[in-house]
Amino acid sequence: MKPIPMWRRYSRLFGPNPAADVRDELSFHLRAKIDDLVAQGWSPEAARQEAQRQFGDLRAVQQIGVRMGEKMERGKRLSDYWNDSLQDVRYTFRTLGRDPGFAAVSILILALAIGANIAVFSVVNTLLLRPLPFPDSQQLVWIAPPPTDCGLSCATYSADAYEEFREQSRTYQDVTGYEAFSTPDNLRLTGRGEPVPATGIDVIGNFFQVLGVQPAIGRLFTQEESRGGFHPVALLANAYWRRQFNSDPAMVGKAIELSGVPVTVVGVLPESFDFGAVFSPGAKVDLFTPLDLNGERNWGNIVTLLGRLNPGVTVAQALDDANRVAPNIYQNTKYPDTLGRYKGALIPVPLKDYVTGKLRRSLIALWCAVGAILLIAGVNLSNLLLSRAVARAKEFAVRGALGASRGRIVRQLLMESLVLSSAGAVLGLGLAVTLIAWLVHQGSVALPLLNSLRIDGQALGWTVLIAVFTATIFGLLPGIRIAGGNLQEMLKDSGPGAGLGRKHERVRAALVIAEVAMACVLVVSAGLLLRSFVKVLDVDLGFQPDRAASIKVDYDDSAPSNEASQTKRSEIFQQILERVSALPGVEAAGMADYLPLGPNREWDTPVPKGKVFAPGELPDPLVYVVTPGFARAMGMRLQGRDFTWADGPNSQRVVLINASAARVYWPGEDAVGKILMRDKEEDVVVGVVDDVREETLESGSGSQIYYPATQQGPNGAQLVVRTGLPPATLAASVLRALRELNPKQPAAEFRPIRTIVDRAVSPRHFFMLLVAAFAGLGLLLAALGIYGVISYSVTRQTQAIGIRMALGASVGRVQRQVLAGTLRLTFAGMVVGTLVSLAAMKMIASLLFATSPWDLPTYLGMALAQLLVAVISGYIPARRASGVNPMEALRNN
Amino acid sequence: MDTARLEFFRGTLDVLILKALVWGPLHGYAITNLIRLQSDEALLLEEGTLYPALWRLENRGLLDAEWGLSENNRKAKFYRLTAEGRRQLRSEVKTWEAYARAVAKVLGATQPPLPEEVA
Repeated sequence: MKPIPMWRRYSRLFGPNPAADVRDELSFHLRAKIDDLVAQGWSPEAARQEAQRQFGDLRAVQQIGVRMGEKMERGKRLSDYWNDSLQDVRYTFRTLGRDPGFAAVSILILALAIGANIAVFSVVNTLLLRPLPFPDSQQLVWIAPPPTDCGLSCATYSADAYEEFREQSRTYQDVTGYEAFSTPDNLRLTGRGEPVPATGIDVIGNFFQVLGVQPAIGRLFTQEESRGGFHPVALLANAYWRRQFNSDPAMVGKAIELSGVPVTVVGVLPESFDFGAVFSPGAKVDLFTPLDLNGERNWGNIVTLLGRLNPGVTVAQALDDANRVAPNIYQNTKYPDTLGRYKGALIPVPLKDYVTGKLRRSLIALWCAVGAILLIAGVNLSNLLLSRAVARAKEFAVRGALGASRGRIVRQLLMESLVLSSAGAVLGLGLAVTLIAWLVHQGSVALPLLNSLRIDGQALGWTVLIAVFTATIFGLLPGIRIAGGNLQEMLKDSGPGAGLGRKHERVRAALVIAEVAMACVLVVSAGLLLRSFVKVLDVDLGFQPDRAASIKVDYDDSAPSNEASQTKRSEIFQQILERVSALPGVEAAGMADYLPLGPNREWDTPVPKGKVFAPGELPDPLVYVVTPGFARAMGMRLQGRDFTWADGPNSQRVVLINASAARVYWPGEDAVGKILMRDKEEDVVVGVVDDVREETLESGSGSQIYYPATQQGPNGAQLVVRTGLPPATLAASVLRALRELNPKQPAAEFRPIRTIVDRAVSPRHFFMLLVAAFAGLGLLLAALGIYGVISYSVTRQTQAIGIRMALGASVGRVQRQVLAGTLRLTFAGMVVGTLVSLAAMKMIASLLFATSPWDLPTYLGMALAQLLVAVISGYIPARRASGVNPMEALRNN
Repeated sequence: MDTARLEFFRGTLDVLILKALVWGPLHGYAITNLIRLQSDEALLLEEGTLYPALWRLENRGLLDAEWGLSENNRKAKFYRLTAEGRRQLRSEVKTWEAYARAVAKVLGATQPPLPEEVA
């Protein structure tokens, strides 16, 4: 074999051609054969035929050849690509290994940004994107009236209404509900040593069937069990079963003693079902008992409704159905005048919207914030890579000169960014896992579905997606700029200060400005949310949450008659309060059946005596049944007098009302001494208290009315103690005092009132903290960006600075110049950022509280923070610049 | 021996090609000639079938191909053994010899095997 001479190597100039190769190879064979045959004396024509005959089916062989050739070519291309990529990866590791500082900083930046993104994605995915943790959860609807200011009582339905609605509706597979007025620790588990408090909820018998929840052990309630008079049964929540009964499977079928009544455990619910997480964020529910509808018929509105729609039925159809049914429904079938009470008040909404709908905006804002963080991180990395790329321009020029195509160089740079972002993603995933694990156990954050928060396959997919996305955005720009450069110019460009460097610097300045602008938007949003949060905390609650604590009190007021039990209860309450007030450190003590910012209820519509109001004009005030001393214990301002123990069952009926109610009933007049009529009953208003925030800190208060526990039946008792000491120090002595009076008193939690307020603001607090953390991160990244650019430009100008200093520029002057450069960049970024914020903050206006989206102090604060960061990040390079030794700088080039 | 074509056993062509290339790179036509001459014209392969076999071997990494010039200065595709191909040849030759010995033994037998050996 001889090598092909240079001049004959043209044929595959335009890349490999397997078909032509096969043709050439076979035709060579035939021609060689013909030559041999002719040499043996064959005539040319005969030789050709003989050669073809001996060869066989030429066309078939050719076809096989072409097919195989193409396959080989593909394989070769793929393996080439692989090899190149592997080479790129090896090369990347080598380059990054040479500059571990750069690698560490970039991976850290990316890990923070990607970690934040994964964590927020998981939250968004759990709360917004993923369906609720029930089978066919899209069929589930929550049925409630439009929001009003009369609390839970106006958001619930009566037992009769539930039954009629279930009967008459045609769009539901089934309708269910639960009793909405239970309070935490409403039961006590006895008969197993010290009594322990437990939280139970009465659910309509078919509750779990409608939700599609299957018991982990045992069974659900049967129909008989949900009718009154049957032997009492209970289902345990999984967490409670594990905590209280050590996951004992033999619990099923056993009886436990709840508040003195033996109750048979029929089953344990699955771990995946967390009632609190779905229906009452931040609360835990330990066990479920069937609601006896017959026993509740005369109690007015007590159940919340939810239903499972028939397959294919839309929510709009369900609404039509509800509107058709509503006029035929009685609140209480015994009273014909309650017909149609629920007109327009039976509105089904998807259960998912009910659970997470309020959070949608916050979550989207949060998502945007982490998106911005990712962009900032990407821009930052882009900047870092760009400055490295400039430093490596020669390396690329040499590679280019040696035959590397531009695509290959861009690929190399992309590979570098991909390696960095993958490392960042892995680290970020770790961060996110930690963050999520921490979040899941934040029981005090009143966010729904936190229990099902986890890093799942979708979150992993998202991770890969953003890692690749980030790698592309921050790798492509430097790649294109480098590859687009003129090789020769780069090779010639022996030092910094040449034209290409300056062009790069402009791009980098633009990137920094973008970064600063995004950080500004983040800081402004965080600032606005922070100010809203502070304003919320500043809200006049109507009571003093600090230095007060509450505990659920157990008492036994059973007596043959209502009056007797009333008297007995008054005595018990008075005894408790006297004993507790005598404890050292206790300043005031009182009891109420419901505390503010928790569950609440209303009874009916009192009418001021002697006045006429149009129907619907009078409010249904929220009702609290309290003891003397409660107002003082809660720190509520009171005008007039408090209840006294002398306000007994047989003396004049008295009430306290809040300022809002007083304004409605007797506008412009002093309400103290006036009379409110409830049917025939006359209640004298003895005092007016401040409005107490009833459901959230952010919505105002409606009318509230307080009845004395000595005259009306309270629904349980929460003891509130005001003290000069830290509340926790009193826990033991208060519990001891309660135990002395009633050995059955469970060891209920002694809760500082502050925690009630904290829980009410926890979602806002949570979002504020997250956005603030992101803003801090954004600011840090922006500072890093500024530092990078200024620092690089100082390095590049070492010579020029040296000359200036040699010519007499002072140290201060050089520093000022560098700082001025920094501030110019920052200022440009701030202007852009402010403009964007002014436009964008309108979108988060609904998340703000008493704060304008154009709140001046926030913008000023942002500017101050940004300038401070800029000065710090510019100062270090400035110091370095002023430390330049003129002689060295001049000699060094 | 007459010139009637001996049927090739499956897989035989591959080992013959590998063997043919032991002495150095050859193009396809030279391989057919070599096999024909070395078998004393006993093995005549249908020349068309040679090429798919060559390509297959190249694909499996047993052969390397390169374009070069033939004796009379025509461009031809030359095949050479790779290290892998050499290994393959050695092992196939061993298999072949064992196979041939076994076949020869059976065919050359002069008496039936002892009864207990049949069972």
